[in-house]
Amino acid sequence: MDKQLKNLVLNNSDSIVKKWLEEISKNRSNEYTSTISEELFESTNREFVNVIFTSVDKQRITSELDDFSERLINLGWPLSYITDGLQTFRRVTIDFILTQSEKIDSEDFAIVLDMVDNWVDPIINQLVNEYSGSWEHTVSLQRVALQELSAPLIPVMDNITVMPLIGTIDTDRAKLIMENLLDGVIKHNAEVVLIDITGVPVVDTMVAHHIIQAAEAVRLIGATCILVGIRPEIAQTIVNLGIDLRKFPTKSSLRKGVQTALELTNRRIVQSGNKEDGVEKLLDSLNKE
Amino acid sequence: MNFQTCVNIQKEWDIVGARQLGRDRAKEIGFGTVDQARIATAISELARNIYLYAGTGKICFEMMNDINQKGLLVIATDNGPGIKDISQVMEDGYTTSGGLGAGLPGVKRLMDEFDIISDPGKGTEIRAIKWVR
Repeated sequence: MDKQLKNLVLNNSDSIVKKWLEEISKNRSNEYTSTISEELFESTNREFVNVIFTSVDKQRITSELDDFSERLINLGWPLSYITDGLQTFRRVTIDFILTQSEKIDSEDFAIVLDMVDNWVDPIINQLVNEYSGSWEHTVSLQRVALQELSAPLIPVMDNITVMPLIGTIDTDRAKLIMENLLDGVIKHNAEVVLIDITGVPVVDTMVAHHIIQAAEAVRLIGATCILVGIRPEIAQTIVNLGIDLRKFPTKSSLRKGVQTALELTNRRIVQSGNKEDGVEKLLDSLNKE
Repeated sequence: MNFQTCVNIQKEWDIVGARQLGRDRAKEIGFGTVDQARIATAISELARNIYLYAGTGKICFEMMNDINQKGLLVIATDNGPGIKDISQVMEDGYTTSGGLGAGLPGVKRLMDEFDIISDPGKGTEIRAIKWVR
């Protein structure tokens, strides 16, 4: 029975393919594939149906299927294209088999359904697994990338380091920030740490709380923390929220923060003498001789 | 046009999704950058409360269109433990999680209208409106 049905389907693959292509094209206009060019859509459909037939023929997941799914994933075809396609294939095949036999009782019907399910389900599983695998891979890569740019500490001058914060601060990042900050202060022997929040989109009570805690911890190990990069709108929301940031100095820009930091370490930036002046002086002194 | 969009809060990162959407909505309606930041911060507080105390819930946005003013309504709902003493949580500095205790009173100050309904054991609903000036 199994073999028979399989041969029936394989021998009549042309008519099944024709029907399948019709159905798929009907679905096409409504949604996701509308931006894909006609030729590409057709050739992909042909390839897809060939892949389905070879794996039905061989009764296992073929390397063609792997190649095909990999290509679709790389090109960014939606997963629904594949699931729709396979569901259509199932429907069309069952229809076809049932119209071929004159008389069908319910038992045969169940067998046919079962058979076709056995062909189609492994393919769906395989493809869905590959798709979700590639998504999970992307997500984990992005998480690693995010971790990497999370909270660097940059020594800019003797005893002065800067920690620029960019992006959303969640609980994990807040922990990382605290650790990096304290490690960095010890390692770089910093007296002043500037935390720059120019790139933090929203400062809510949780973010503020973490910053306050970090500043307090920095103070405990004998350094000073200056919060810089407070944009006007962030300043207003902080005031509205009623957050008290008086325990440590705050500045609007990193530049002002660096100035304050230099003052705190008894230094300042001085303009070096003008070059032309120097040359003139030299000439003067030569003239005198 | 009075449609509602909602964001479910289940993970910590959903808070970011909620306030991003809220900020976009606020921009569409025509709020300035300062008010956008206020709204985003308020949403952040509400969403974090859901995440911390109720576990799951949702934040919904609705465009308000009165005769002479436009605004954004933010509704935060959850089926969490509820709040027993509302006047206490509206006090500055009251916290049960070791935070700053500025969340809810802060939201009230950030927004123009603020309404809280809580049923201990059943859940909490907070409605807050910001009007375009």
